[in-house]
Amino acid sequence: MNYLDELESKSIYIIREAYKQFRNIAMLWSIGKDSTTLLWLVRKAFYDQIPFPVMHIDTGYKFKEIYEFRDDRAREWGLRLLIAKNDRALAEGMGPDKSKLDCCTALKTEALKMAIAKHKFRALLLGIRRDEHGIRAKERVFSPRDQEFKWDYKNQPPELWDQYKSKQSDEDHIRVHPMLHWTELDIWEYVKREGIPIVNLYFAKNGKRFRSIGCETCCNPVSSDADTIDKIVEELRTTTMAERSGRSQDKESAYIMQKLRSLGYM
Amino acid sequence: MEEHLKFVIVGHVDHGKSTLIGRLFYDTGCLPKEKIEEVRKICEELGRDMEFGFVMDHLEEERSQGITIDTAQTFFKTPKRRYVIIDAPGHKEFIKNMITGASQAEAAILIVDANEGVREQTKRHAYILSMLGLEQVIVVINKMDLVGYAEGRFNEVKKDLLVFLSSIGISPTYIIPISARDGDNVALKSGRMSWYQGPTVLEALDTFKVKEAAVEKPLRFPIQDVYKVRDKRILVGRIEAGKIRKGDEIVFLPQETKTKVNSIEMLWKDRTEAEAGESIGITLCDQLFIERGAVSCSMDNRPVITNRIRANVFWMSKRPFIVGENLHFRVATQEVPITIEVEKKIDSSTLETISDNPDSVMETEVAQMLISSKDPIVVENFNNIQELGRFVLVRDLDVVAGGIITHTDNV
Repeated sequence: MNYLDELESKSIYIIREAYKQFRNIAMLWSIGKDSTTLLWLVRKAFYDQIPFPVMHIDTGYKFKEIYEFRDDRAREWGLRLLIAKNDRALAEGMGPDKSKLDCCTALKTEALKMAIAKHKFRALLLGIRRDEHGIRAKERVFSPRDQEFKWDYKNQPPELWDQYKSKQSDEDHIRVHPMLHWTELDIWEYVKREGIPIVNLYFAKNGKRFRSIGCETCCNPVSSDADTIDKIVEELRTTTMAERSGRSQDKESAYIMQKLRSLGYM
Repeated sequence: MEEHLKFVIVGHVDHGKSTLIGRLFYDTGCLPKEKIEEVRKICEELGRDMEFGFVMDHLEEERSQGITIDTAQTFFKTPKRRYVIIDAPGHKEFIKNMITGASQAEAAILIVDANEGVREQTKRHAYILSMLGLEQVIVVINKMDLVGYAEGRFNEVKKDLLVFLSSIGISPTYIIPISARDGDNVALKSGRMSWYQGPTVLEALDTFKVKEAAVEKPLRFPIQDVYKVRDKRILVGRIEAGKIRKGDEIVFLPQETKTKVNSIEMLWKDRTEAEAGESIGITLCDQLFIERGAVSCSMDNRPVITNRIRANVFWMSKRPFIVGENLHFRVATQEVPITIEVEKKIDSSTLETISDNPDSVMETEVAQMLISSKDPIVVENFNNIQELGRFVLVRDLDVVAGGIITHTDNV
């Protein structure tokens, strides 16, 4: 086995553990490179018959390329696609002109909260990685969220080897992170090897590309000429720029990511 | 494709774990400029000198109090290979976080302050490393700048530590005098300790071996789940040891059901053979009822089927274990209810026996336990196949303890 096989095998093991334990689960698909890779691994884990829905938290402010890619792939891969949107907050005028903390909380965290309540999911699969952000580096593979949706980062459950915790009745749901051990570079090397389709926003146009995508209003492209996967891999081997440097929600203050995540943000 | 090695940094509070990590990043050029700026800014706001520790300590509480609360993992690379670095908190109250981190590692750096010498968590962490079976260990004696880079002091601390380590069966591969703050002997040889002839920390790490999957051992394939896909019943799981081939005769334990492998199932791949480490599926030649927890093995080399084992158990829950209460035992994908006799318990730092036949086990205590189950379990001695020799204990759905099997039969 080579390194990519090892990463893949570990992720598939985690995905299958989550499904065995919870059955009533969903996978969160942001349509970005990481969750699209997770979706690929989920297809592999279940022999291309995914036994649960794939959920997109739609803020209404995503790039048009994201919506197109989502709908095309959902059709092509026969996904049970759920779209979760906080329509009330949007109707009341919530948007990126408000504070990042408020906007992300209302349009992502609250939208997710409503969807979980509606579908009674016991666990959610998410494609976050440890190397994305220092706060995410602290995550467990199976991470409980309480009924207020809070992440108790000061008192996380022990997690030895591949033995994961089960959900307690005083917990709302478990976040399952099958890709914590991957890096940004691993993702691209795997995307290349597997031929995974990826939103074209990641490829350079006119000297700019996105390294991390989300809402159009809060993402800035970085300077880059990497217009192919090979060139992206090459760029990542040498860059000293942080992956999320184009994401404004990470920068408003030093601990905004911690605050967002402790409130239940993905 | 490059190699990756996962290692954990452990040791007593304030002996310099986070600083060493920050230094490793900085010296290998793996710290984004933006990150250095962020850390510099936060240190300024807190009115301190640049602290490398903040590279890993990301929580507001960690930075304002200067402690590591939880384990974190991050990545750096040398010309030889990539590393996953696992930071572990040094405070006793976060010991479950330290064990969580250490259980993922293939190698360890144990850090000791040259000035303070061996302390409580130095010993406790070393003991946990030995329990987890970590054999590749580097000891670094840090803060040599505080003792004038004196060889005499280095030798004193080294001697102290070696006495303790040999009592728990750890023989460190290297013992290196460093100053993590200033970078002496971390990535670069120090000009201030010419008496030291050995490798730097990075050179030492580069000699360690990446843990290989147990391909050459006998087959152990625990069943994780059973899927009905189109017209097939696929038994899925990860091969923990050995190889499995299409046509192989296998036996499911503990049921003793025999059959042959009809096919190996991986999406978009045509496979006739798979090996340790791979998450796969198989179909069988016979229609058998097999469930999660069954372990498929080769016919000629089998693990132990038993309902009594002896083990060393590390208790991690704030709520103590009280003799008489029932817990669950999880090893690989098996889970069974158990009863426990505690033979003795040990202080995980001093290694002194706290009592024989105690009636409770508290957080951070290690107990030698006799574990009995009504249902048979399929296990190994930890030294044979780790994946079937290590387990967790579960109470009310929470993992409360981790353990290593020392005796599997005739206990």
